[in-house]
Amino acid sequence: MESITPILEFKKTCVSYTKQTMAVKYVSAAIEKNSITAIMGPSGCGKSTLLRAVNLMHNLYSNIRVDGEILLNGENILSMEPIDVRRRVGMVFQRPTPFPTMSIYDNVLAGFALNGIRLSKVEKDATVERCLKSVALWDEVKDVLNKKGTFLSGGQQQRLCIARALAMKPDVLLMDEPTSALDPIATKHIEELLLELQKEVTILIVTHNMGQAMRISSKSMFMYLGELVEYGDTAKMFSEPADERTKAYLTGKMG
Amino acid sequence: MNDKLYKVLLFIVALIMPIVCGGVVYALVTDAYDAFEHFGFFRFLTSSEWSYTEGAEQYGALPFITGTLMTTLLALVFCIPFSLPVALFVGEYFRDSRIAAVLSTVVDLLAGIPSIIYGLWGFYTLRPIIMALNISPQGSGILTASLVLAIMIIPYASSLSAEFIKMVPNDLKEGAYSLGATRLEVVRNVVFPVAGSGIFSSYVLAIGRALGETMTVTMLIGNTNDMPNSITATGNSMASIIANQFGEADGLRLSSLIAIGLILFLITAIINMVGKIMIKRARIA
Repeated sequence: MESITPILEFKKTCVSYTKQTMAVKYVSAAIEKNSITAIMGPSGCGKSTLLRAVNLMHNLYSNIRVDGEILLNGENILSMEPIDVRRRVGMVFQRPTPFPTMSIYDNVLAGFALNGIRLSKVEKDATVERCLKSVALWDEVKDVLNKKGTFLSGGQQQRLCIARALAMKPDVLLMDEPTSALDPIATKHIEELLLELQKEVTILIVTHNMGQAMRISSKSMFMYLGELVEYGDTAKMFSEPADERTKAYLTGKMG
Repeated sequence: MNDKLYKVLLFIVALIMPIVCGGVVYALVTDAYDAFEHFGFFRFLTSSEWSYTEGAEQYGALPFITGTLMTTLLALVFCIPFSLPVALFVGEYFRDSRIAAVLSTVVDLLAGIPSIIYGLWGFYTLRPIIMALNISPQGSGILTASLVLAIMIIPYASSLSAEFIKMVPNDLKEGAYSLGATRLEVVRNVVFPVAGSGIFSSYVLAIGRALGETMTVTMLIGNTNDMPNSITATGNSMASIIANQFGEADGLRLSSLIAIGLILFLITAIINMVGKIMIKRARIA
């Protein structure tokens, strides 16, 4: 058995919107490096809220509080600068969000432009090619790199957004239901891509789709009413869930 | 039957507006015809003579077209550094907060102040300041009129710009934040480019307001008929020359004033149309 290095660790992480309502309650879990971890649960269970805590997205909204600790390579994210955290933790959203005023080429490099990092033309070309190849989009768009990103199909746009996140070489990639706005074929492409990508980045994916969790993740979290009910090997969770609530959700009795 | 009658009535009432508009244009064209015929359309536009010596009357619109364009453009230049921050404040930085609501209400209040009040304020408060600062000896002039005009168009530019800034999808902004952008970088690289055409169109509409503004400009521009040779010079805008002279004018002079009115109408109509088309496009995109 190889030793497990947790790249990301939740320690009694809590997220609250107001003093009364806690959306995420004392979640503790260690995420291993170069794995895909799925976060499942019914709507409103706090799975997206937990995910968004990892790249300090909640800092954008003054009414949201995050307590506890979230460790990235042993360092507490919550006491780090949001900008530094977000460069190391990429995110892909539910709806594809290519920047509409930028070309495909510039979209891939948006992270550098937004951070004021200057690259030479050679570095730019290399980065664009590497990132678009790693999301299997290069062959489809290599001749239209100067076209607007919004001209692509939904699935292509989402892959462009993944490429954009990968360009910053993040340690962790957060995905908030990245395929829920896509058709089954585009979804399949993205899933195959993620299995490939876990070699270079640790993926934390929120999904509504139990099949998807089963197909791609090695570990799964099941959340309910803000609590982490169960966390363990995906295969085991699906075959013999330890908690009644997990079982009810996985068998479709609760959703 | 009743439904049909109702429809016909509605149609007739609706038809009245284009007829009124057409009537205005018709009256302007027929009354301006004399001036255009006498001086020639192109010469009327490019001549800077304005003399009503009997027998040797010479009328040209150039000083007033220049006056209008100068006041409008200067007003725009003075307006942008105030309206853009207000729009960002209300539409992005303090969006949906109480302080933003208060600010936008106050700014919108500026739009409701009658122009005569602005004129009085400009005349009795701003003009002495301009004189005291030795900017111009008489205090009134193109600069003074532009400054007050700028305050008048700020609410138009800022409230519409703020609306377009608010329309920038949150996903897109979060997408930029997730790549490590600061708020300033998000505003510069995402909010402005995405809201850009909408913001631009709101300035086009603000220009439309400034072009035709009469009372304030008439009170502050100094009312001289020569070609203005600097921004501190006195002059007249197209609207202010008409307001100043229509009461005492007749014959060729009246026709020339109406011709200026027609030109102003056309310029304003085109600017407003362009602005509205751009807004429509910006909303769709």
